[in-house]
Amino acid sequence: MINITLEINGEERELCVPAARTMLDALRNDLNLTGTKNACNQGVCGACTVLLDGTAVNACLVLAANIAGRKIVTIEGLGEGGRLSPMQQAFVDTGAIQCGFCMSGMIVSATAFLTENPKPSRHEIRAGLSGNLCRCSGYVRVIDAVILASERMGA
Amino acid sequence: MSDIESAIGKSLPRLEAAEKAAGKAIYTGDMELPGMLHGALLTSPYPHARILSYDVSAALELPGVKAIVTAEDITGGYIGLVCKDESALARGKARYIGEPVAAVAALDEATARLAARLIEVEYEELPSATTVEQAMAEGAPVLHEDFADYVKVYQAPEHEGNLLARAEAIMGRGVDGFDEADIIVEGSYEVGAQYHAYMEPVSVLASWGSDDRVTVWSSTQSIFRTQANIYEGLGIPMGKIRCIAPRIGGGFGAKAEVSGQLITVMLARKAAAPVRLVLNRDEDMITMRARHPGTIRVRTGAKADGTLVAREMELWFDAGAYSDDSPAVMNLALFYARGSYSIPHVRALGHAVYTNKLRLGAFRGFGNPQASFASESQLDEIAEALGIDPIELRIKNAIKAGEPWLGGQKIASCALVESLEAVRDASDWKRPREALPGKKRGLGVVGLAHTSAFLSAGAIVRLQGDGTIILNVGAVDIGQGSDTVLSQMCAAALGLDIEQVSFATPDTDSAPYNYGTNASRVTYTVGQAVHRAAMQVRMQLLEHAAEMLECLPEDLELRSGGRIGVNTEPPRNAEISFADIAGRSLWAVGGPITGSGSYIPNDPPNPEHTQMTGFLGLDALSVITFGAQVVEVEVDEITGQVQVLEAWCAHDVGRAINPGMVESQIEGGFVQGLGYALCEEMLWEDGRLVNPSFMDYKFPGTMEAPDKIHTIVLEIPEPSHPFSVKGVGEPPLVGAAPAINNAISAATGIRLKQIPLTPERVLRALLAKG
Repeated sequence: MINITLEINGEERELCVPAARTMLDALRNDLNLTGTKNACNQGVCGACTVLLDGTAVNACLVLAANIAGRKIVTIEGLGEGGRLSPMQQAFVDTGAIQCGFCMSGMIVSATAFLTENPKPSRHEIRAGLSGNLCRCSGYVRVIDAVILASERMGA
Repeated sequence: MSDIESAIGKSLPRLEAAEKAAGKAIYTGDMELPGMLHGALLTSPYPHARILSYDVSAALELPGVKAIVTAEDITGGYIGLVCKDESALARGKARYIGEPVAAVAALDEATARLAARLIEVEYEELPSATTVEQAMAEGAPVLHEDFADYVKVYQAPEHEGNLLARAEAIMGRGVDGFDEADIIVEGSYEVGAQYHAYMEPVSVLASWGSDDRVTVWSSTQSIFRTQANIYEGLGIPMGKIRCIAPRIGGGFGAKAEVSGQLITVMLARKAAAPVRLVLNRDEDMITMRARHPGTIRVRTGAKADGTLVAREMELWFDAGAYSDDSPAVMNLALFYARGSYSIPHVRALGHAVYTNKLRLGAFRGFGNPQASFASESQLDEIAEALGIDPIELRIKNAIKAGEPWLGGQKIASCALVESLEAVRDASDWKRPREALPGKKRGLGVVGLAHTSAFLSAGAIVRLQGDGTIILNVGAVDIGQGSDTVLSQMCAAALGLDIEQVSFATPDTDSAPYNYGTNASRVTYTVGQAVHRAAMQVRMQLLEHAAEMLECLPEDLELRSGGRIGVNTEPPRNAEISFADIAGRSLWAVGGPITGSGSYIPNDPPNPEHTQMTGFLGLDALSVITFGAQVVEVEVDEITGQVQVLEAWCAHDVGRAINPGMVESQIEGGFVQGLGYALCEEMLWEDGRLVNPSFMDYKFPGTMEAPDKIHTIVLEIPEPSHPFSVKGVGEPPLVGAAPAINNAISAATGIRLKQIPLTPERVLRALLAKG
């Protein structure tokens, strides 16, 4: 077992985890942050995407023991004061969300993407979100949502 | 009425959209109960084997293991929607690699998985039949020796082999009708097995209470089918089974029938503790379901002017190891054998065959994608042979409202021609598409139809003390948005805003029966029940209001926002709110105001019109959503890669209760169909799935999906529905594969007859053409 301290959604937390535990498991089971989803557990679908020091990563591919001292933001940490973040709100407003299971990861990915590229083209968004699979939407409204968030955040 | 029905026709966000965006939606795998254990499966390593004995001693000795179940713990009979041939765990024999054989409950998931591997099962390996050809061969190993004794709800073939179902429909003069044809085109088409790939893997949480009742939360498309399967498969009385659906992460058909629920209930019973079972993706892929692979031979006869006169379809579906929905899926494929065209003479013959594979089952489209891939591809071959434009050929033969469908039921509303014209005009169909050297572009078209009224539904509408409404239908929203759409209909029937209607969590303890979220049926079928229930509430509201306002009920009018006013000349300034009426009913007169509605379509086939043998009931499938799609593809002549650049999808949905959600269904359904067409295929070698992961089973991502999917929503009211609606869940998927195939042909001149249209297959055809 390994003791680690990390910052999760702005709060310092201490954890004691087995060496083989993934960050995804730690988030869901040790920290009860179940918004981050496990859909493939091999880094293909992006449903478990979180921000690790501001970078979007697949939580299923990171060992919890390796994130000591790092800052993690999950879907639960995007909004402020109980309000949705502009990206979350854009996903609601465009109707991008259907079953929602992929959406935590998708929204976190889109958030990181827009930080790097605040005024993206549709093609750039498609490339930027190519690591996030969605089985419901057909992606049209997902891309609409990122455009909408970009417009609102730039305004 | 438009003011009163203001909740309809608006693209309101899903009721739970903000909750999902915030990461706060609770799916089964997110739930925990005190003392909860974790489940894990042991699955069969053999495609076909007799189970001789179990030795669970080593597994039980592992610290943390609380219970192990095998078929010896099964306390009920056999399950299956149309043929009861399946058990919670392999009983006597295992019939596919991945079939659950035993299960463990332990303190944590890792222990449970480790213990599962320590269970020793002694098998006698049997010869297997993993393809239709093998299963139908002389002397083939028989999967179900007791087939004749199984309970079935269809006329099953009498034999001792592996043929699960055979059905035949003959319309007009059947194959004799080909004598009217000037040209006959014939071909055999192959379709692959598509995995549903819902993002949420199979998840169940079961907990037995001290009252000997079990509560089951699971990722399901039907709380009532879940309950029925537990009742039949474990012999637990229905009253002792409570099934609840939390948020569901997609289903697409695979979660319509049983997944891990029976196993989890058995584990929780034996361990005397709550148990949660969540499958890994690879486990989900090897144990669950997929779309039927198969062969479809089609023959079509036409006159020289393009009039279609005869169609013969013979299909063979691989059903896998258990019947599940297979006979029904095969029947529905035949139901679409004629396509959406007025072909007078038809013979449609279908087979579903047991093989040593996972069960093939319901999947968005339910047999129609397979049939339509074959028949709509062939229509373009006819168009080419006759030198007729493919859209003109379809318009010329399009079925019209009032005409009978295969089976004889008359379709009430139909906008097939309008759909074809809409996609033709929007896509600028005649304009040649230019491509860079080494690439070719082309357009393909498809006409399509899919039914949307099926089996029973109920609704309970209750007026609450504050004048708001709670709607309880027991229909599960698997992501498509039915909670919102049904609430919109309920609100409209009572002149309320959507905020004044709350949607009850599906729970068998309180909800009226509903068959399930399948067959594009919820908006149409449950909508009927919602309307009936809401009308009862409305009548009671008006009766109260008449007494309270001292006037005749017919002098009253419903006003938006939950008010009732007097509508007389000269105007009387008298008005009361639903809250006033609720207060009166709860505390003084009449008692609580509740409405309930029940509905089942009942319009059986006409045997005078179509001779049908071996079918399940096909009652009232005649509410049909029509549509047409055009796609533009670019084919890379060097790599064989096909990219769909743009799609135009027109669907006649009757009335769009929530236009944004209709468009979402079209976009998402089309892209799922695009995956079926181009890249998705489960592959088995000797019964072993060789691509059980999202790494090796590819479905469309952002780069594969076209950025431009133009949705055209045609609103021609469906007269049989109080809100004029038809379903749109499945139709958008149905057309994609043949449309893309036809576009590839238009672009390159090659004609493929097998999906998925992988780069390898496209390239081989391009090279063969030279």
